[in-house]
Amino acid sequence: MSKNLQPSGDDAGFDAPLYVPIKRRSFFMYAGATAGATALILSGCGDDEVEPGNPNTVNVGSGSVGVLNYAYALEQLEAGFYTALRTGTYYTGLAAGSAEKQILDDLYYHEVIHREFFKAALTRDAATSMIKSNLEPDFSGIDFNVRLSAAGAARMGVLNAAKAFEDLGVAAYNGAGRFLATDNAGLNYLVAAGKIVSVEARHAALIRDLISEGSFVDSDVVRIATDGLEISKTPAEVAAVANTFLKEGSKLNVSGLV
Amino acid sequence: MNFFQILSELEKSDPEVFERFDSRRRVFKHLTGFGKKITAAALPLAMGSLFNKAYGQTTSAPSVNDVLNFALKLEYLEAYFYNLGLQGDGTIDNNTTTAAQTALRAQLSATNLSSLLKIRTDENNHVKFLRTALGTNAIPAPAVSQFDFTGGKGSGTGPFAGVFSNAALFLAVAQSLEDTGVRAYKGGAPYLASNKDVLTAALNIHSVEARHASRLRTMRRGGPMNNAASATAAGSNPSTSPKSWITGDDNGGASPAQTAPIYGAGSAPAYTPAGITFPSEANVTQGAVGTTPGVNLQTALASLNFPATAFSEAFDEPLDVPTVSTIARTFTITSSTLF
Repeated sequence: MSKNLQPSGDDAGFDAPLYVPIKRRSFFMYAGATAGATALILSGCGDDEVEPGNPNTVNVGSGSVGVLNYAYALEQLEAGFYTALRTGTYYTGLAAGSAEKQILDDLYYHEVIHREFFKAALTRDAATSMIKSNLEPDFSGIDFNVRLSAAGAARMGVLNAAKAFEDLGVAAYNGAGRFLATDNAGLNYLVAAGKIVSVEARHAALIRDLISEGSFVDSDVVRIATDGLEISKTPAEVAAVANTFLKEGSKLNVSGLV
Repeated sequence: MNFFQILSELEKSDPEVFERFDSRRRVFKHLTGFGKKITAAALPLAMGSLFNKAYGQTTSAPSVNDVLNFALKLEYLEAYFYNLGLQGDGTIDNNTTTAAQTALRAQLSATNLSSLLKIRTDENNHVKFLRTALGTNAIPAPAVSQFDFTGGKGSGTGPFAGVFSNAALFLAVAQSLEDTGVRAYKGGAPYLASNKDVLTAALNIHSVEARHASRLRTMRRGGPMNNAASATAAGSNPSTSPKSWITGDDNGGASPAQTAPIYGAGSAPAYTPAGITFPSEANVTQGAVGTTPGVNLQTALASLNFPATAFSEAFDEPLDVPTVSTIARTFTITSSTLF
């Protein structure tokens, strides 16, 4: 983890500029700009740390930009997972044209596109507050060579992990909508997040069905016995899970999203 | 109450009041009808609906209650559909079973039937949840007789005739309703942002509708009697063998002549926040904020060499209330004013 390049300051002073998109220019020179921004980012990773005992976390910030950073972090994690699985023997052994090959290919495409979308949006609207684009995943708990973990296995299989990531993503987006500002930018971000979360939910349902046909709304994710609502998670609850898949120096601090 | 006096006063303070009702001519056509058809006692109600049309739906953003009541109508549409097809007399939580329902169930594999019953449970629960959230502001429960799920506007012989006796057709209509619901909740979200708890609840329904839509598309891909539908790869035509997500415009959906608008573009009402648009599901330009345009991701990310379809699949699109209402009216009888 590099040094934090964000000017330090107290929380109140830190929050204010984050509510205002800093740059409203078009997606200027998309690829070049994001490459440049990669060198500039690293907001909240250090000196203005909210958790004093944990100086190497990645602080997503607060308000609309905090939510965008939070989503960007989760999409980096998901995209990293679907990228990594493509070299595992479970995926490489799938027959061309098989349902699972088709599905895992699509999920890889979709999640990389989501990641790049947030990278572009943050680069345009909040480049100086953007988290780093190279969060380092820790997939040591996943066995990319097996479809499903055997009972009692120490590591998750590919589909176990896919289910965990997709369900977590849905719960995270649903729980984070409330932290977006209600200004025009915030409303636009809300719709953008909505466009993505329903695709995550479609993914989650299908991965669950691959594991156990018809488990797309089981009671661990939907309150099927009462009101039929998804069980959303707070950023703190999500980070506790996500951080088990992130290396030291890339673990998320979401204390600004409350 | 002097109705014309009120209109006159309104015109002084708001010179465009008559333009807010579709047209001046139509207003007076309405008003001349009042004397004959509407008693004095009913006038306040009629006026209320007239002004609601003018101010509530055309020029100003819907309130939180407006959005929730619209969601409630859509949940009734869905719940009654599953109830009539699978179990009950249509109304919420009625669990009688008819011979026709038993016959439809027999055309479904065990996992498919179980899935549909879960969806039915969710939709009934969504109705109850929204009624509780709205309290006394909730609309009255619509009569089951207001709906014609054959798309026949009351004839019972519309393009989906046999929807409750043919499992494949039942799944096709179900997919259409769920994909519509996903777009509708997404379109309504900005108007709930002022109430964080309501917003979160709506998001938590939105994603469940998306799970339903995914499952229904999976079941259509595998076929009604398939007990392991998710193991079936999607075919080349998303209309007949859909992926669990929406590819392009879905080739018009399950029954293109009727369902194409479900995947097509909407039309932004004047009150829509700047930057929010309602493109078709084939849209690949994302990230507009206010007057700042979005970016064509398919172009910007061309170096990834991903299939073109991935860029539309990765994002679902919202729909506006008027467009969703038009779609929903496919399934109501001609005399219904629900949507």
